[in-house]
Amino acid sequence: MESVIRVDNLCYRYGKHLAVDHLSFDAQPGDVLGLLGPNGAGKTTTVRLLNGLLEPASGQLRVLGMDPVTQGCDLRRHTGVLTETPALYERLTARQNLTFFGTMAGMDAADRESRITELLDFFDLSARAGDRVAVYSKGMKQRLALARALLHRPKILFLDEPTSGLDPEASQSVHDLIETVSSQNGQTVLLCTHNLIEAERLCDRLVILDRGKLLASGSLNELRNQYAPGLWVNLGFLNPLPAGDGALKEMAAFPGVLDIVPESDQTVALRVAEEAVIPALVVRLVAQGAALTSLVPRQVSLEDIYFHLRQGISTLQEEV
Amino acid sequence: MKIEILKAIAAKDLLEVRQNKAAWVPMVIVPLIFVLLLPLGLILAPQLLNIPLDEFLADPDLEIFLANMPPSLMKTLEGLDAVQSAIVMGLGYLFAPMFLIFPLMFSTVIAAESFAGERERKTLEALLYTPATDGELFMGKVLAAFIPALLLTWGSFVGYAVVVNTAAWPLFGRIWFPLASWWPLMFWIAPALAVLGISATVLISIRNQTFMGAYQLSGSLVVLVLALVFGQIAGVLYLSVGIGLLVGLVVWLAAAGLTAAAVRSFRRSQLLSAAGG
Repeated sequence: MESVIRVDNLCYRYGKHLAVDHLSFDAQPGDVLGLLGPNGAGKTTTVRLLNGLLEPASGQLRVLGMDPVTQGCDLRRHTGVLTETPALYERLTARQNLTFFGTMAGMDAADRESRITELLDFFDLSARAGDRVAVYSKGMKQRLALARALLHRPKILFLDEPTSGLDPEASQSVHDLIETVSSQNGQTVLLCTHNLIEAERLCDRLVILDRGKLLASGSLNELRNQYAPGLWVNLGFLNPLPAGDGALKEMAAFPGVLDIVPESDQTVALRVAEEAVIPALVVRLVAQGAALTSLVPRQVSLEDIYFHLRQGISTLQEEV
Repeated sequence: MKIEILKAIAAKDLLEVRQNKAAWVPMVIVPLIFVLLLPLGLILAPQLLNIPLDEFLADPDLEIFLANMPPSLMKTLEGLDAVQSAIVMGLGYLFAPMFLIFPLMFSTVIAAESFAGERERKTLEALLYTPATDGELFMGKVLAAFIPALLLTWGSFVGYAVVVNTAAWPLFGRIWFPLASWWPLMFWIAPALAVLGISATVLISIRNQTFMGAYQLSGSLVVLVLALVFGQIAGVLYLSVGIGLLVGLVVWLAAAGLTAAAVRSFRRSQLLSAAGG
């Protein structure tokens, strides 16, 4: 399958600062691709480069088979962008905003008007469509900005922090929307977010950035296998574990236990190589008289991987 | 270039200007002063307050103005009495270059609102993500400033002609305004100044983050108009038809140079780099 986004060795500089540093990744049609990283990681710059707003210093870019530098205008007919701030014309009404952006996208008047009505209904803004955006709440502005991004039925949707500032209900409806556009409409979504739970829930593939550099990429399972293979198990004990590290050492030495992290004097988190290790370990602990009160297996989360990777960076920086 | 896109940008920008009091209030007050209050004051006050206008003609500054006046302009004063001459000189000649403030002011206010205001309100990036070309964005915004600036200038000129002729009717008994020297001012220099004002404002707006900052800086172009005003008072530069055409040519050349620089600077990558990424 041909990639809808292909980024190869991409570099971009703001003055002397290398904001995107030899970045490579790709996205397939219908993917929800998460672009993760702290502020200044290069996420927004990457979105600007992918839409032809900036010209790369070096590297190759293809989006929907087009070169964003030379075919930016044609490309932007097929992309929709939710910017980090809603960037709406606050002195205009919601309908005037959508009419303006629909015209700019080249939509014909009849299609534009029916689509505006449809989206205003979908985002529950119809009753306030004639109000100036200045009087909207933050959540309403974000919904209107999303409606603007979807207005011309883009093939790729770029969402920069789409749930930032939204209440849980509104966030939930944005999540549902993202799932709908990718699964039902086949649209590709590139999601820039700090919200790791959101990314874990929504993204098929992840690209983790730091200071413009690629830290890791792949599906969550691929990242788990690559950076934190195994399964975490939280064990709870009735009594505090004996003082000293004898008990912990014994658990750590058990075949298949990869990692051990004491969380309190009665709880321990273990990383095991595979599920089959768990019953054998439990049998051993019980045989040794341990009063086990709980056993909660959990998958390695994106958060674990993210912080594991970030910790690596911090350690490296400290060493340097 | 797609006309629909240009129209959409221009209409949107004008809708925004209409909602910004800081932008449109000066565009109403200044013409009211220049078109209504000043001419009425100059024509009616001497009659109402019984001020002798022949004393005005004896003013030493005006003597220099009269002494150096080209014969073509002098002709228009032939056969006029002291009061009529004072009005023709005051409202017909001395006041003429002041009128050039209009195209500059209107164009810079709207352009500052359109270019710097867009950045100030953080709406620029959304606009840059549209499929419009850099040229369409630039031209749409230029038209949003140029067309209203010119229409308002010409509207003020028509209003001024009506006020001046009506108020001075009892003294002249005929329509004496506009003088020939006003035609190049209005239809040659004024459009050039509007383009100059817009281009300068675009260049200023690329670095200046606020509407007010860009407007105040581009407002310094009024110095050009003041140079014409004082040049005429000092008897150095008379805005006759010929001189008007020549001055217009110079302004057009300057405007063309600035516009070329503005077009080069108005590129997505530069606008975002200037915004700090």
